[in-house]
Amino acid sequence: MHLEHPSKPEGSASEHSLELPLKQPQSKTEMFVVFTLLALQGVGGVLAVAQREMVERRQWMTKTQFVEEWSVAQVMPGPNIVNLSLMLGGKYFGVSGAIASVAGLIVIPMFLVLGLAILFGGVSDSPAAQGALKGMGAVSSGLIIATGLKLATSLRQSPLGLWFSSFVAIASFVAVGIFRVPLAWALLSLGTLSVAFTFRALRKLQTESQLKP
Amino acid sequence: MNSFVALSPWDWFDLLTHYAMLSLLSIGGAITTAPEMHRYLVDEKHWLNDDSFSSAIALAQSAPGPNVLFVALMGWQVGLNAGGGLAGGFYAWSLGALGIVVTMTGIMLPSSILTYKATRWSHENSNLMSVRSFKSGMAPIVIGLLISTGWLLSASHSDWSLDWRLWLLTAASIVIMLRTSIHILWLMAAGGILGALGFLSA
Repeated sequence: MHLEHPSKPEGSASEHSLELPLKQPQSKTEMFVVFTLLALQGVGGVLAVAQREMVERRQWMTKTQFVEEWSVAQVMPGPNIVNLSLMLGGKYFGVSGAIASVAGLIVIPMFLVLGLAILFGGVSDSPAAQGALKGMGAVSSGLIIATGLKLATSLRQSPLGLWFSSFVAIASFVAVGIFRVPLAWALLSLGTLSVAFTFRALRKLQTESQLKP
Repeated sequence: MNSFVALSPWDWFDLLTHYAMLSLLSIGGAITTAPEMHRYLVDEKHWLNDDSFSSAIALAQSAPGPNVLFVALMGWQVGLNAGGGLAGGFYAWSLGALGIVVTMTGIMLPSSILTYKATRWSHENSNLMSVRSFKSGMAPIVIGLLISTGWLLSASHSDWSLDWRLWLLTAASIVIMLRTSIHILWLMAAGGILGALGFLSA
């Protein structure tokens, strides 16, 4: 494993982006509204929308930060997007911010889903409704793949270097996507390996930067 | 509609603790514990039938919002059944609401507290080598997992001669999403309309 990027000897493994300075949410109400809108836009999963909103439109975080937060959201139990929202709410406004964000994600969409369940008793069997669902499903899987590819460009900043970290990403895709290895196993095995290599790389960078004052 | 099932206070407590336990096991999302929920709700307790179980998952996945809402739908259905179904009036509706509160609290509270504490800790210790290694080291894995999620969603269409249109649509939305900043809702709407008009089926 080679360190392609000795450019980042210090700092929180994330920043150093040349993009615009990051923005911040102003209030808990804003958190509630943002996550409500985010949830209402996401059919079949909210992740693609989250990346768009958080990174591209509202610029609360960089791609690298998004992936890092998402990693934590992914390995902790609980729905990923719920974890992400409570982490962000907590970061800006503490416990009440976390509650506001999660409430935004859940409350209004829940009434909507419940309304659909009561009115229609479930998903309609009509060919048009089934066709629409298939179409939206196909789009939504495309959006998720595109989000993954976009975030993959952040691997350029990985302490493992672009090539090695891309290799790890492809390995986890092959394991889970092709061979259907259960998620927990993939996180445990590949995750431990990758974190161990990263630890070694970061330590090497640290000692190098200490040698060169 | 299900046959009438009465739930004692003890049953409600059992439901809460069972979901609270599943919450701590739900790495990757509540949906990963759906098989266990099925065993518990349908096979063991007979509080839900197979149809309402699958339709809760299908509806939550096709409606806007996080997928975890399938848990709320199940809680609603369990409570509603306990109150005698939609015809049971106010009593049944309140039990349905109780079902939502119990199941959603159970599935979300323990994992949320754990995640919140863990994140606070990691923010306070973000200079620790171990925390930095964890976050940077997990990044490539998580990216690989994302792409496989999208892949698995499309791979359910496995018959090329029938499903090439869906694959084409998926490919097109990847390209559009990467190249343009068009609003996601427009893409979803386009997919929905194409499907509803029958352009996507053989």
